[in-house]
Amino acid sequence: MTDLTSLTIAEAREGLASKSFTARELTDAHLAAIEAARVLNAYVLETPDRAREMAKAADEKIAKGEGGPLAGIPLGIKDLFATRDIRTTACSKILGNFIPPYESTVTSQLWRDGAVLLGKLNNDEFAMGSSNETSCFGPVTNPWRREGSNTTLVPGGSSGGSASAVAASLCMGATATDTGGSIRQPAAFTATVGIKPTYGRCSRWGIVAFASSLDQAGPIARTTRDAAILMRSMAGHDPKDTTSVDIAVPDYEAAIGKSVKGMKIGIPKEYRLDGMPAEIEKLWSQGTEWLKAAGAEMVPVSLPHTKYALPAYYIVAPAEASSNLARYDGVRFGLREPGKNIVEMFENTRADGFGDEVRRRVLIGTYVLSAGYYDAYYLRAQKVRTLIKKDFEDCFAKGVNAILTPATPSAAFGIGEKGGADPVEMYLNDIFTVTVNMAGLPGIAVPSGKDTQGLPLGLQLIGRPFDEETLFSLGEVIEQAAGRFTAPKWW
Amino acid sequence: MTAAAAPHKLIKSATGDWEVVIGMEIHAQVTSNSKLFSGASTAFGGEPNSHVSLVDAAMPGMLPVINEECVRQAVRTGLGLNAKINLRSVFDRKNYFYPDLPQGYQISQYKSPIVGEGEVELELDGGRSVTIGIERLHLEQDAGKLLHDQSPTMTYVDLNRSGVALMEIVSKPDIRDAEQAKAYVTKLRSILRYLGTCDGDMEKGSLRADVNVSVRRHGETTLGTRCEIKNMNSINFIGQAIEYEARRQIEIIEDGGSIDQETRLFDPNKGETRSMRSKEEAHDYRYFPDPDLLPLEFSQAFVDELKAQLPELPDEKKSRFITGFGLSPYDASVLVAERESAEFYETVLSGLADKARDGKLAANWVINELFGRLNKEGVAIAASPVSAEQLAAIVDLIGEGTISGKIAKDLFEIVWQEGGDPRALVETRGMKQVTDLGAIEKVVDDIIAANPDKVEQAKAKPQLVGWFVGQVMKSSGGKANPQAVNDLLKSKLGI
Repeated sequence: MTDLTSLTIAEAREGLASKSFTARELTDAHLAAIEAARVLNAYVLETPDRAREMAKAADEKIAKGEGGPLAGIPLGIKDLFATRDIRTTACSKILGNFIPPYESTVTSQLWRDGAVLLGKLNNDEFAMGSSNETSCFGPVTNPWRREGSNTTLVPGGSSGGSASAVAASLCMGATATDTGGSIRQPAAFTATVGIKPTYGRCSRWGIVAFASSLDQAGPIARTTRDAAILMRSMAGHDPKDTTSVDIAVPDYEAAIGKSVKGMKIGIPKEYRLDGMPAEIEKLWSQGTEWLKAAGAEMVPVSLPHTKYALPAYYIVAPAEASSNLARYDGVRFGLREPGKNIVEMFENTRADGFGDEVRRRVLIGTYVLSAGYYDAYYLRAQKVRTLIKKDFEDCFAKGVNAILTPATPSAAFGIGEKGGADPVEMYLNDIFTVTVNMAGLPGIAVPSGKDTQGLPLGLQLIGRPFDEETLFSLGEVIEQAAGRFTAPKWW
Repeated sequence: MTAAAAPHKLIKSATGDWEVVIGMEIHAQVTSNSKLFSGASTAFGGEPNSHVSLVDAAMPGMLPVINEECVRQAVRTGLGLNAKINLRSVFDRKNYFYPDLPQGYQISQYKSPIVGEGEVELELDGGRSVTIGIERLHLEQDAGKLLHDQSPTMTYVDLNRSGVALMEIVSKPDIRDAEQAKAYVTKLRSILRYLGTCDGDMEKGSLRADVNVSVRRHGETTLGTRCEIKNMNSINFIGQAIEYEARRQIEIIEDGGSIDQETRLFDPNKGETRSMRSKEEAHDYRYFPDPDLLPLEFSQAFVDELKAQLPELPDEKKSRFITGFGLSPYDASVLVAERESAEFYETVLSGLADKARDGKLAANWVINELFGRLNKEGVAIAASPVSAEQLAAIVDLIGEGTISGKIAKDLFEIVWQEGGDPRALVETRGMKQVTDLGAIEKVVDDIIAANPDKVEQAKAKPQLVGWFVGQVMKSSGGKANPQAVNDLLKSKLGI
């Protein structure tokens, strides 16, 4: 038998249906791989008993011909998703040993469709970070290394555990969340496919909130097709989340292999940054060539407010976070550090429970919302947000089907290398991705090549609202042209 | 009449007359089965933390979903206050830390409330009336409750109230004295209870008021610095607190001091207000639109439908009682003040054989006999031993001339004590009024014959006929028809 962990979801689906192997075997292979890869620190909680139980149930269903679309497919779940009876921490000390008595809507839909839970994946604390270094469980290691180097690299963040686990074949796919680039940037750093769907496409119910108006769940997988398969189960209207949208979920997989001939692809001039590495430039033009070869037409477009997106994002997101994180006060669950009185208990608990980056953002958010500063910061940032959204609307109104950009300004960097002295250095990682969250649009990152040191690079496609299908079709074209990239196993 | 022109009480002091300016924020608990943003029950008096959903406890990843019934209740209330209904409003977060506030913020409405400007008309003693402007009404969540007496070292938290819907109704600073303030709360409470949007139970905390008080010299047009007296849950205390607070402020200003804007609490035992926190200690609530909730939008048709189904409100009911049944404005006001009294009276009305003839009589009986007795015995109207149907029967018997008013009082007493069908009681106990002229005439003749001196006097002084009427009624056991007796006596005595 070939290594079961190297299969794609689509391949495993066939193998299970044809009884080439069982769900239990598939799950066991992954559990063994996880155990052998603990050095990557991708999982913060392994759930082998639950996994085997779910795999057994999947086998029974498959035997009866009742297996769902994901029957027996072992997945990793970002620790931001509440999983019933299974510790959920958002990788923050403040949640301590929190065990939710409820299951997030997105994960419950995955289980409904037969998927198997392998464990909970590492992420930046409360999803605040671009390198997975802010997790209270320590950083995640990227399975990719520079050629001829043993330097440990970050997998990106905040969904670093998800990206690393998928890239190292420690699960067939993973859930992730994206507030400013947290799916697409780690996908680009690990040669995986990550899609942030349109805001409102997936329910936020049961996902630990970072910035409510920007947060959106999506999958990370090894192929565009696998991402499409996972999206179909994750998406859908949820009456428990009033910002989720009641639009039928299409068969995303049907978009894979669909012709992109005649599609207009916007190339935004504002994404051509000063001092951008030549290899990123090269990758981008390579992408346009591939899409042109598939019959798409490249059109230069302008998104004039792009340069304001990152500063505005770092006002809106911390503002919402400062309020969303107020509930971690030591009163009802999670960590409690006693104090002489209630205020001291609040202060001790939050000082001890939140890491540096979270505290920084809570402080920024509190500041920009405070009396006398609200208009200058929060209100102005919201106006910028409206303008960014309008930039895209104008672009789509001219018949553009999707926009092609680099996913990140660089390849993966070393652990401890960035942001130590200046957090903005780290924030700049999201320069190409935050605009998409600000506008609520869908965006996909697809592996497209390697830099001179042999590290993966990705391209980003930005779509019209609720037109994830076009992104899958275009992503598939790039994937077919670029080929797939697998990290050499060293662990 | 505008508020400013309305007659109101000025406070006289050594240096002249002072005017009090009052604005109120009323927090009214919305009558609904479940909370504003969760499906948990709003029932009062459950075991601590027995009505708490994951949303109310602010568990990680939980999201609020608006309860449409609470929206309807707010719109109904807005309509009842003749206010502008905003078809689009926004929920904001009001951020502050407190152990009874699980989210660390209260979901409220700050810049765009669901209801805008409206007004309430107050009737004061002596037929005066005044209109108080409503600034706005918005929906917000209630907080939980802290229990300090359960442990010597810890404070416990009960989240049953956490997330219950409140309407905050903000008045304009149109109120000018304690009497108006009390009348305002009374009227607002009455409107809410008629609408069924708040039970108005102040003891249970369903209706609480924050009272803003400032003073200025009579004739001044700018507002003085105000103090806010928080969390008042009794109409009488509101009156006392305003009286105290106004005098406190006047004293300070007259002594050359100035008022510090602050939040104060009323101590009902001492009858005084005391400082709770100063303006400097006030929270910065960092309001911003709640990103978990879309703006609240509904159509004019939605509002129109609620408007069409609105019950009759106290003012309309009052004028219908006056024009339809000839009630005095005072009696009509007494009846409509409480929804239960009005409903009782309406049930009596619907039980009457001739509403137009006896509606006013029925009002007298409800107010004087029934309410008088209920008050005396401390019985609530819902527990009245005499039902509306029984009272209607008694009024019918009077109206149709079967019994006299005096007999009716005896009958009322029997029904109060023993119950029973009034009409049957009149039959079985021989209480019927005697209208048989022959029988009455015999009694009249006997009394005239026995009192020749009085007859002489009466011829000179006709009002003495009353004495004869009394004698006849006495010897007939009250059953003689007083009008018939009167007529007969006058003709026999030749007066």
